[in-house]
Amino acid sequence: MNAQSSKVARNTKVMNRFDVTSRLVAKLKNEEAVIGGIGNTNFDLWAAGHRPQNWYMLGSMGLAFPIALGVALAQPKRRVFGLEGDGSLLMQLGCLSTIATLAPKNLTMVVMDNGIYQITGAQPTPAAAHTDLVAIAVASGIANSAWAADEDDFERLIDQSMSASVPTLIGVRIDDKPGTGATKRDPVQIRERFMLGLGVRQAI
Amino acid sequence: MAVAEQRTSPQASPEQETWYGIIQQTLKRNDIRLVPYVPDRVLTALIRNLHADPFFTTFPTAREEEAVGIASGAWMGGMKSAVLMQTSGFATLANVLASLVAPSQIPLIMFVSERGTLGEFNLGQSLVCRTMRPVLDSLAIEHHTCTRLDELEFIADRSIKQAVTTQAPVALILNPLLTGGKVFDK
Repeated sequence: MNAQSSKVARNTKVMNRFDVTSRLVAKLKNEEAVIGGIGNTNFDLWAAGHRPQNWYMLGSMGLAFPIALGVALAQPKRRVFGLEGDGSLLMQLGCLSTIATLAPKNLTMVVMDNGIYQITGAQPTPAAAHTDLVAIAVASGIANSAWAADEDDFERLIDQSMSASVPTLIGVRIDDKPGTGATKRDPVQIRERFMLGLGVRQAI
Repeated sequence: MAVAEQRTSPQASPEQETWYGIIQQTLKRNDIRLVPYVPDRVLTALIRNLHADPFFTTFPTAREEEAVGIASGAWMGGMKSAVLMQTSGFATLANVLASLVAPSQIPLIMFVSERGTLGEFNLGQSLVCRTMRPVLDSLAIEHHTCTRLDELEFIADRSIKQAVTTQAPVALILNPLLTGGKVFDK
């Protein structure tokens, strides 16, 4: 897989966040961990059907991939997915270099790119017109990075990442629709249930 | 070199003669294996020794909040960690502490090398330092300022155990009285 230019990226199909998130969740058969980034990204993860191995980020914008990296380092035998928005990733581009250096093979990152801060009123991000986030990932050292051309290609890239020997990043061009659901905002319960789901703790 | 190092007890094992040796051993004893950091001159010896010890997975991050995110994810995945930074790095953490660590009850263990006091030569550093304890206090985050070699193991060991058992973050501030700090001619 190679990085494509932003011009090519704009020719990829514009998909829908809830649809691609649902396609991902439908593939999860082995208690894979999923870290949903702030806002619509985790709202759609919630709406796709809660799983004990899902964790939903209610603040700390930009940290979905670092948190997913932490889970991946702690549980190297478990596949870990990080779902992040384009505006969020822009806040923490340096994490791509850290991930490239540590190179956990059990980490798959998905960037939902609509070029806007949808949840704050759909203002364009500073990257909207000229920046290719997948190219940034490649330049950061995550060679296994690609834009998904359409839904079938997204599913193919997800399948490939499951057995990859290096971390994977998948860029998805999405529309400007808001999230489908709204995550229950209970950070302690979210964290505790996630730890139960990962087998770190037993319920008392 | 650090004033504290001159108070070294001749009976101490080589690894425990220095503040950084004590921290290294205390991390080990508490099974803290993951140590992401943003470096600081004062922390150099600790960082070097953690890299040299295969017990630890230690690496630099681009920002301190990134290190906090990694440590938080690792905790949820069952691995204990500690993050290292200097004062100005801590000043970037108010959002992640207030919106992730504190509300999620994550026992984040922070070691902060203190710049901005006891001989600071950079006005900006001295002002940044003024923000650290008010931010910690505003979130009711436990913090201790470590100034003495003979108290360090007690403070660090007890604080780590308290953080884990009470599921609450803690900041251990490494004062120049302990580390020697950074002075103008360095």
